[in-house]
Amino acid sequence: MLGISDSDLTALWITLKLAVISTSILMVLSAPLAWWLAHTRWRGKVMIEALVAMPLVLPPTVMGFYLLVLLGPRGAVGGFLEDIGVGHLAFTFTGLVIGSMIYSLPFVVQPLQNAFAATGGRVLETAATLRASPLDRFLTVVLPLARRGILTAAVLSFAHTLGEFGMILMIGGNIPGQTQVASIAIYDHVEAMDYASAHALSLLLVVLAFLLLMSVYGLNRRFKVVGVA
Amino acid sequence: MSIHARFFLDRGDFTLDVDLEIPGRGVTALFGRSGSGKTTVLRCLAGLERIREARLTFNGETWQDDTQWLPVHKRPLGYVFQEASLFPHLRVRDNLLYGFKRLAPEQRRLELDEVANLLGLADLLARYPDELSGGQRQRVSIGRALLTSPRLLLMDEPMASLDVTSKGEILPYLERLRDELSIPVVYVSHSIEEVARLADHMVLMENGRALAQGPLQTLLTRTDLPLAHSEQASAVIQGTVAAHHADDHLTELAFSGGRLLVSQQDRPIGAPLRVRILARDVSVALNRPDSSSVLNPIPVRITQISDDPHPGHVILNLVVGDYQLLARISARSRRQLDLSPGQSVWAMVKGVAVA
Repeated sequence: MLGISDSDLTALWITLKLAVISTSILMVLSAPLAWWLAHTRWRGKVMIEALVAMPLVLPPTVMGFYLLVLLGPRGAVGGFLEDIGVGHLAFTFTGLVIGSMIYSLPFVVQPLQNAFAATGGRVLETAATLRASPLDRFLTVVLPLARRGILTAAVLSFAHTLGEFGMILMIGGNIPGQTQVASIAIYDHVEAMDYASAHALSLLLVVLAFLLLMSVYGLNRRFKVVGVA
Repeated sequence: MSIHARFFLDRGDFTLDVDLEIPGRGVTALFGRSGSGKTTVLRCLAGLERIREARLTFNGETWQDDTQWLPVHKRPLGYVFQEASLFPHLRVRDNLLYGFKRLAPEQRRLELDEVANLLGLADLLARYPDELSGGQRQRVSIGRALLTSPRLLLMDEPMASLDVTSKGEILPYLERLRDELSIPVVYVSHSIEEVARLADHMVLMENGRALAQGPLQTLLTRTDLPLAHSEQASAVIQGTVAAHHADDHLTELAFSGGRLLVSQQDRPIGAPLRVRILARDVSVALNRPDSSSVLNPIPVRITQISDDPHPGHVILNLVVGDYQLLARISARSRRQLDLSPGQSVWAMVKGVAVA
């Protein structure tokens, strides 16, 4: 198809799988953190905020390197996993998921935090006087009102994972069929002077990314657009 | 049936220290300037504010004391905020039903249709909050609170953020609520007109303390309180519509002290009618005046004469039937007429505002 080899398609499939899985898990884990950051009055909060923002400034290779050390067979986490018989995580898909989640953390936490901060206060008090329990308030008031922030967070995380390169190379290696993602496959083609394959895969990524974003924003328009009160 | 509340809070720049006995029926106004602690009291009643030194019982049930705390969403109350605070992502219908859906069916005493009719919302159900006027939004928020079938309704200056037109639009609905629902309402306000129009009972707040509490009539006319000395000093008379004089565009009100003529009211004979008479609109005469344009000469007895902060004036307390009126007259007139407590005179009521 369009001069795209099976191994390229596999790389593309792994990329999409990685983006979907890491985005989903990251959204669920980030929500409580973002909520807490948005509403805590604890002074040490800035420290947590700085930590969350670290992946924005660190070179991906630095993070990839530390993760490799940590998750590898002799690292603290990897070694422990070896001991209990699970196996270390360096050069595995699971390792990639963990790496992507850390890499995309600020892109998810920050939009969520902003959305949650704008949803606090009065509407929640109102819901409480209307007999809604705390969980009920979160599900029926906070989530719908924070919908744009949630969508932004998911899109950013997904897109960010699609374009990830340095960290994945570090922690995932470049094992075709397991940890080779599209961006690395393109790099390989260019290294091998196979510009035609690089073009095909690149163009496919461009088109995919565009279609995805367009459908997401199109979907968002169909809902009632509300300002957060 | 009553609410007993004891709240103490010391925040350095603000101390709240109140001990309130709120009747289990009718409208109780928490009245005072901004910063006097009215809203804090209301929030404590609702459980939106949790202060440590507090004791709150509602009809014998403890909502808060040293060991117990009933969270907001478990209290059978309705709360109307100053701003309507509607859920922007829900249509009017779903806003109205938000609390209703969370009640067990056997607890529902009001239905959507009833409330929509009571508050004139039937045509708005499919709209979103940002498609409503300020007055409409506040009516929806009142309806939403009512649909939780509350046993206590708390209202925090529900009209303060509305323009005059919207206020005029809401007031009649609030009066209907007062007359048709048998639940106690605690109403925070800094407008004495609103209070005089709606309240039966009143708590006068000042600097975090309750300066006085009691029936509206009593507090309005107590000369040891600041109300009777303000520019808006007034008394309220509650009566019923006795007759209409269509030719003169007047309505006759019967009350325990006699009759009053007011501008024509579109209410049936026998309907309750409340009027407010400002102290500055009442003058006195020793004899029944035969040649005066004043519509309402009323025979009254002077019970008290007190000095006004304005040195040229005195305040008279006049009793008529079960009611007291206030009259603010000049000190000079008082001297010339030689008025004294116990004396019977004629009150000349220049203006009667239908409250």
